[in-house]
Amino acid sequence: MATDGPRFAIAPTKLLWQPAKIGAIALQTPRVKSFFFDLAQPFAFQAGQHVDVRLTAPDGYQAQRSYSIASAPATAGVIELAVERLEEGEVSPFFHDVAVVGDSIELRGPIGGHFVWSVADGGPLLLFGGGSGIVPLMSMLRERAACRATLPTLLLYSARAWDDLIFRDELLALQDRHDGFELVFVLTREPARRERDYARRVDAAMLAETLARVDGSARHAFVCGSNAFVEAAADALLQTGLGAALIRTERYGQ
Amino acid sequence: MVTRGFSGRPRQGSADRVPPGQTPTDDFPVLSAGPTPHIATTDWAFALKVGPKPIARWSWAEFNALPQTTLTRDIHCVTQWSKLDTRWRGVTIDDLLAAAGVAAPTGYALAHSFDGYSTNVPSADLLGGKAMIALAYDDAPLAAPHGGPARLLVPHLYFWKSAKWVNALQFTQRDEAGFWELRGYHMYGDPWREQRFSGD
Repeated sequence: MATDGPRFAIAPTKLLWQPAKIGAIALQTPRVKSFFFDLAQPFAFQAGQHVDVRLTAPDGYQAQRSYSIASAPATAGVIELAVERLEEGEVSPFFHDVAVVGDSIELRGPIGGHFVWSVADGGPLLLFGGGSGIVPLMSMLRERAACRATLPTLLLYSARAWDDLIFRDELLALQDRHDGFELVFVLTREPARRERDYARRVDAAMLAETLARVDGSARHAFVCGSNAFVEAAADALLQTGLGAALIRTERYGQ
Repeated sequence: MVTRGFSGRPRQGSADRVPPGQTPTDDFPVLSAGPTPHIATTDWAFALKVGPKPIARWSWAEFNALPQTTLTRDIHCVTQWSKLDTRWRGVTIDDLLAAAGVAAPTGYALAHSFDGYSTNVPSADLLGGKAMIALAYDDAPLAAPHGGPARLLVPHLYFWKSAKWVNALQFTQRDEAGFWELRGYHMYGDPWREQRFSGD
């Protein structure tokens, strides 16, 4: 666990709920939609932070969920949340099947002061995402691109199939900038489509190989995804010799 | 504010046991800020401290020889899941203090963990059978992702207070913020008052 000093990433004042209007919806993959919220009261945030979303039924019943922010801090005023449809879910099916542009949804944030990165924190920066775990990492990559930073950065992104890769075309375009960003896709249920990608589950040998493509020794490692992905990737990172204190994790439920 | 088109799940009979904003789950999600440390019980030790001063220390074998208690409690994570009727076995803080031959020396405590994590809890919330150092979950040794070999269990507060991989309980003069409390989370964390973040 990182033992960085105190960070007051969110001000020690009350986090207020605010209605946010859905300004746009974009289909990212067959199971993931992005929702772009216009904030009535814009807030500053750090890449990696999340918001809480609250839905209220006519009888007063409420359901709350946390969603990482996908957009970069530079685009404050509008935040993008990417919502994966969970069949057993209560909130994600609402977003996928009911919510439309113009609807108001209550949210508050930003939340979380540990799984955060800014360009000033520097690199090399190692990002490991599984499935929808890409979302907070995407905010970091967008922040890096918006600042035209060139610090060595690796994203290893695991999904079941090529068409399940959220933000795939944008990531490929980021790699085409040749600014020190190394992109590795890992597909667990399909053959690899690009020369240096992988088609198996994450393991220590894979991470050792990909880490060798990054210039310099890692300063920050962020791992986000299902618990199974995070356990596998974080354990593999430790096996490559990376210190536990450099590795920050965020787990999405099971 | 009513959300257009949202009705929510069928209301459950256990609603009076689920705090506002929480959803019951049958799973046991894992959340932590870093890699899971795998601590061998031969390397495990637990210390009781007053301020900087250690006043008692137990090895794994010594700790397991202390009186153990079984607790069945509902637990509530700030990430909005609740799990009902979870069954734990371990050493209550009352029994721990009795074994050390002391009463709670101050009004506040910080739990510390092997990985550098910490969290603060008022002493009153640790006593009277309300909290334990848990060694087993569901009659099996506590698994590493859930905080094994041992975690603090303070089930009436949000679950980040139940520090995983705990290795010390330190009594402090003042209410000192721990890891998440320094990062905007609530100093106390009562799920029934939805004390998720500072200011709630």
